[in-house]
Amino acid sequence: MQKYVCNICGYVYDPAEGDPDNDVKAGTKWEDVPASWSCPICGASKENFSPEE
Amino acid sequence: MKPVEIKKDIFWVGAVDWNSRDFHGYSLSPRGTTYNAFLVKDEKITLFDTVKAEFHDELLCSIAQACEGSPRLDYIVVNHLEPDHAGCLDRIVERFHPEKIFCSPMGEKALRSYYHHSQDWPLEIVPTGASIKIGKRTVQFIETRMLHWPDNMISYIPEDKIAFSSDAFGQNWASNERFVDEVDSHALDTALGDYYANIVLPYSPVVLKVLDQLAAMKLDIDMLCPDHGLIWRGHEAVAHALDTYREYALQKPHKKAVIVYDTMWHSTEKMARAICDGLSDEGISVRIMSVKHNHHSAIMREVFDASAVLVGSPTHNNGILPLVADVLTYMKGLRPQNKIGAAFGSFGWSGECVKILTEQLSGMGMEMVEPSVKVKNLPSHETYQACYELGKKVGQAINAKVAA
Repeated sequence: MQKYVCNICGYVYDPAEGDPDNDVKAGTKWEDVPASWSCPICGASKENFSPEE
Repeated sequence: MKPVEIKKDIFWVGAVDWNSRDFHGYSLSPRGTTYNAFLVKDEKITLFDTVKAEFHDELLCSIAQACEGSPRLDYIVVNHLEPDHAGCLDRIVERFHPEKIFCSPMGEKALRSYYHHSQDWPLEIVPTGASIKIGKRTVQFIETRMLHWPDNMISYIPEDKIAFSSDAFGQNWASNERFVDEVDSHALDTALGDYYANIVLPYSPVVLKVLDQLAAMKLDIDMLCPDHGLIWRGHEAVAHALDTYREYALQKPHKKAVIVYDTMWHSTEKMARAICDGLSDEGISVRIMSVKHNHHSAIMREVFDASAVLVGSPTHNNGILPLVADVLTYMKGLRPQNKIGAAFGSFGWSGECVKILTEQLSGMGMEMVEPSVKVKNLPSHETYQACYELGKKVGQAINAKVAA
């Protein structure tokens, strides 16, 4: 599955891991991460992420 | 202040702000602060960071003195773009026309948005792993994104075992001393914790990552130079700074609780004191902090190393009192971890306070201890009993957490 990188701080969202600390289960595709979710490191919103190359 | 030679041909050329009390508009800095900048005299004379704009003239004077009357700057390294460190960068660039200016990839974005006329500046981007030669010395760069802005980086000179760490490991402390071994170590740790609690805390996961990265790189650092406060001199002092940051970042529980409250007619205040008795009987160290008597940054300093936060507010116009909301907004942004929460308060008719406080504290990820205590108008004997029991219960939860 496609990973996404935070343009602000470089945190990588890996769908295989999800973000369980913030209620995003492992295996959640980027498209299914809620719009209200934000980067667990710097707090940036979803639109600040780009697909990892 | 005059420049201080901190190693052979390396000078502190910063400024001491004895009167700073309002740090960046959100935190108190009761001891004042410093804006540290450093000049390395090698084949390329290199300046690391500048100072807050109003101290520009002092920086110029220090550069001139360090350069023995023939001031020259070949390179400028910008470790951090926040205006207390890059506030006079434009004037320095215009005066000295440096050959090159170095910053991190994120630093470039910040620089372009602070200095709108910087198109012609000789900017060179240095990501983690990049290094430059400035003569007989090398400068290595390590990005420390979100410690505490996206652009922060550390510059390290292996030949001198010296690292310029921008805001990391800093303290707000105005002094004519420049080194940590010249001041009281307990006061130093207090200042280091004040700074961490109010500026670095939300980025604790990044701190752990950076500490691991520095350890993996096996950098030999015997002088660690933050952009605020005193310089860590010697391996032991540097290790203390790194170890203390690790301890802070882990946010392990301590036997300590903070009761934060505001009050109208003293009902909520009396409840706070009864809760304190319950906590005390469980052997917990307690700070009772009225939001009218304690700035939110002073409250956060205590919350930071406490295991529990108990918040009280009367209901006011169907909400909570505004100063309590102020503290909660500030606390939420600093993202404290591993905390136990509890709520209490008095009311006159509708009584939304406890529900709002509970929502806000659990929204920060705190484990809430129930039942919370709410009383109409004046606390009774039974109210005090319930408050005492709440304090006991929170105290027991803290003891269980500390023992785990």
